[in-house]
Amino acid sequence: MAETTYVRTEMLPPKPPPPSQTGVVGWMRENLFDGWKNTLLTLVALYVVYALLSAALPWFLHAVWDADSLNECREVIKASWGPEADGACFAVIRDRWHQMLYGFYPQELYWRPNLAFVLMLVALSPVLFPNLPRRMLLFSLVYPFLGYWLLWGGTMWAPVSWALGFVLGYFAFVIVNDRGGTILAAIAAVIVPLLWWFFGAGPFADLVQSLIPISLTDVESRQFGGFMLSVTIGITGIVGSLPLGIILALGRQSNLLMVKSLSVGFIEFIRGVPLITLLFVASTLLNIFMPPGTNFDIILRVVIMVTLFSAAYVAEVVRGGLAALPKGQYEAAAALGLDYWKSMRLVILPQALKIAIPGIVSTFIGLFKDTTLVSIIGLMDPIGLTNAIRANAEWQGIIWELYGFVALVFWIFCFSMSRYSMYLESRLETGHR
Amino acid sequence: MAMAEPEGGPKESFRPAMLIYDTRYRAITIQVLVLAGVVALIGWLVNNTLHNLEILGKPLGFGFLTEPASYDINQRLIEYNSRDTHLRAAFVGLLNTLLVAAAGCVLATLIGLFVGVLRLSKNWLVARLMTVYVEGFRNVPVLLWILLTMAILIDTAPRPAAFRKGEASMLFDAVAITNRGIYIPEPVFSRSLGNIHLFGDSSLRFDVSLDLLAILAALVAGIVASIFVRRWADRVQEETGDRPTTWHIRTALVVVPPVLVLWALGFHLVPPELKGFNFKGGIHLRNSFIALWLALSLYTAAFIAEIVRAGIQSVPKGQTEAALALGFSGGQTMRLVILPQALRVIIPPLISQYLNLTKNSSLAIAVGYMDITGTLGGITLNQTGRELESIMLLMLVYLAISLSISSVMNWYNKRVKLKER
Repeated sequence: MAETTYVRTEMLPPKPPPPSQTGVVGWMRENLFDGWKNTLLTLVALYVVYALLSAALPWFLHAVWDADSLNECREVIKASWGPEADGACFAVIRDRWHQMLYGFYPQELYWRPNLAFVLMLVALSPVLFPNLPRRMLLFSLVYPFLGYWLLWGGTMWAPVSWALGFVLGYFAFVIVNDRGGTILAAIAAVIVPLLWWFFGAGPFADLVQSLIPISLTDVESRQFGGFMLSVTIGITGIVGSLPLGIILALGRQSNLLMVKSLSVGFIEFIRGVPLITLLFVASTLLNIFMPPGTNFDIILRVVIMVTLFSAAYVAEVVRGGLAALPKGQYEAAAALGLDYWKSMRLVILPQALKIAIPGIVSTFIGLFKDTTLVSIIGLMDPIGLTNAIRANAEWQGIIWELYGFVALVFWIFCFSMSRYSMYLESRLETGHR
Repeated sequence: MAMAEPEGGPKESFRPAMLIYDTRYRAITIQVLVLAGVVALIGWLVNNTLHNLEILGKPLGFGFLTEPASYDINQRLIEYNSRDTHLRAAFVGLLNTLLVAAAGCVLATLIGLFVGVLRLSKNWLVARLMTVYVEGFRNVPVLLWILLTMAILIDTAPRPAAFRKGEASMLFDAVAITNRGIYIPEPVFSRSLGNIHLFGDSSLRFDVSLDLLAILAALVAGIVASIFVRRWADRVQEETGDRPTTWHIRTALVVVPPVLVLWALGFHLVPPELKGFNFKGGIHLRNSFIALWLALSLYTAAFIAEIVRAGIQSVPKGQTEAALALGFSGGQTMRLVILPQALRVIIPPLISQYLNLTKNSSLAIAVGYMDITGTLGGITLNQTGRELESIMLLMLVYLAISLSISSVMNWYNKRVKLKER
């Protein structure tokens, strides 16, 4: 046989893919113009984008930042962009930004909410990011009292003596636990602080204040407003509703009939009524429920209601997490000889809460958005202020600038919360559920 | 101690300390303590309340509900005037709540389905646009959307006078969008059957339109007939293996009877007309209603879109492939395999969104739509000063609505629960 067969000995280099499959063109063919239906969709979407941009862009470009009223804004825009031109009047934000942020808080005291906000971030960071030093948690425990003092002012010894109540409760628990057992200790840990707050805290604060006077200028709750108010109510509500919600969820799962039915009743009642009715209760009824003559702060009343409201929703989310855990986990914890609280703390809750994170965070986002409802009962949150500014002769008729500003700030808060929950989920992901 | 003693062992006598240390009795101890605490708390609150009410000089009582309300409600589904009682006003408000909730649920579902499906589209641009919509609406308070919509309607829609000058025109010569609200054509029956009047002269009296009942009856009859046709087709298919084509008969059975009834009743639409400085005739949808309806729907739709997306994604691809391998057509795969499984995931959270929408409709008070919160919890409360009674009733009404919606949900969950063996 003659050696006529030609056999290639080396591999051919791969050919580049056809140009219609690569690069921008290929991507567009794949994702935008794949068949006539897709092409049609793309064209419609392009038109929508064009319509939105053609309305919004000139509006932004013609924006006026320096004016005293809406009419002045309009004149400036007409003078520089022609009689038909339409533009944003951001002058209103420049004029009123301090109100939108702080409400009617005294201007010379702005450093206090500012400092409180920065310290709040510091206090939250060890809770949010576990790789920070654990010792910072001590500051997180102190912060609620410090933040209160910075915002409302008054004598420093009032928050100190409230905090003392918790310390007393802790010691009561430890001491009684050694002598008499957990239940007695729990009872003592509730009763001792209550006694302290009702009878000891006030005189103690007055006494120390007269000996060592340290105080800040008082600021009334009615002077609070703007985003400061939203953040105050929102963060307090979030911090309060998580533990309360967990306790309610455990109560709902409890074998004890009394505890279970009380928890179910509470959760279903709260979830069945709109938040606004609870705020009505806060603004009109809560004082009727208290002994005659008590008149406690409107922001405190609102915070209590918002916390209860959101706790019921957190409880339902946590219950979902508890139900999603395999029964084996409960049995394994019992087999290790852990008692109820230990098995919950060490085995069940860490896993259940991990499952419940997305739901819990979206409840918190809901709570933060719902703080705007306080404008209906007359508090000056950003929405209430927007209504007030729009009722003003100078800014009557302004719409997008103000609402857009408020919406943007809320959007940033809420969106970053939902991103944080995604980060947390991925960090805690262990590959098996 | 809690161990079972062998028979004949020493009988343990009860000691008070066992109430705390013995798990058999501890449960009872805790429950008694909790009960005592709760009873004491409630007793204390009730005692305070009664004492306070006495000081204020308004003893607890619901007599105010039968007094004349003496305020007007501009948008209502049943006849009402200011001489009617507060109870009647609350009833008008309740119907308004239900109206905006029902309309909102329908619109939110439609938009949510549309956005949720498109968010899964292969088309990059469309999917991104829908993501922007969802993230934009979800992360901004619904109250802001309601107020913004209201402001846009009032400040940018043309005044009725603009229609006279020809600066604005009606859509299809039938719908007028003005800054006082939207006027749409009114359905009128020229050979109307009249109304049935229920509950005589009481505060809950209302009229039921016989025309509507007739149309509904025709529709239901058509649907029942169509179900019989389907059963017949099923039987034929089982006997012979061939399924007779029935879709045209079934469509006709559902559509034709109501149309015939409409024709017999002399149904026609009366468009609004510009008379003087305002529109007359037609149905006037006020801005407050439109703003609340649109804003609630758009906001809730963003959540529904996410639910729909999650539901569709929850069905594994293997299900589609298995159905196709069994020889199902595309439509059959969707109808018989994918949808039943996706709906199991979609419906429970969807219903709780409906519940949220209904509760959020109480924000009507911010734009002056007279729902139950605006009447009973708003004007009635302020006029009579009966905060406790009004708010209690208001909460009861919402609780009743919520509980009935969630019982529907529980019934559905039980029905579609995976039957594990």
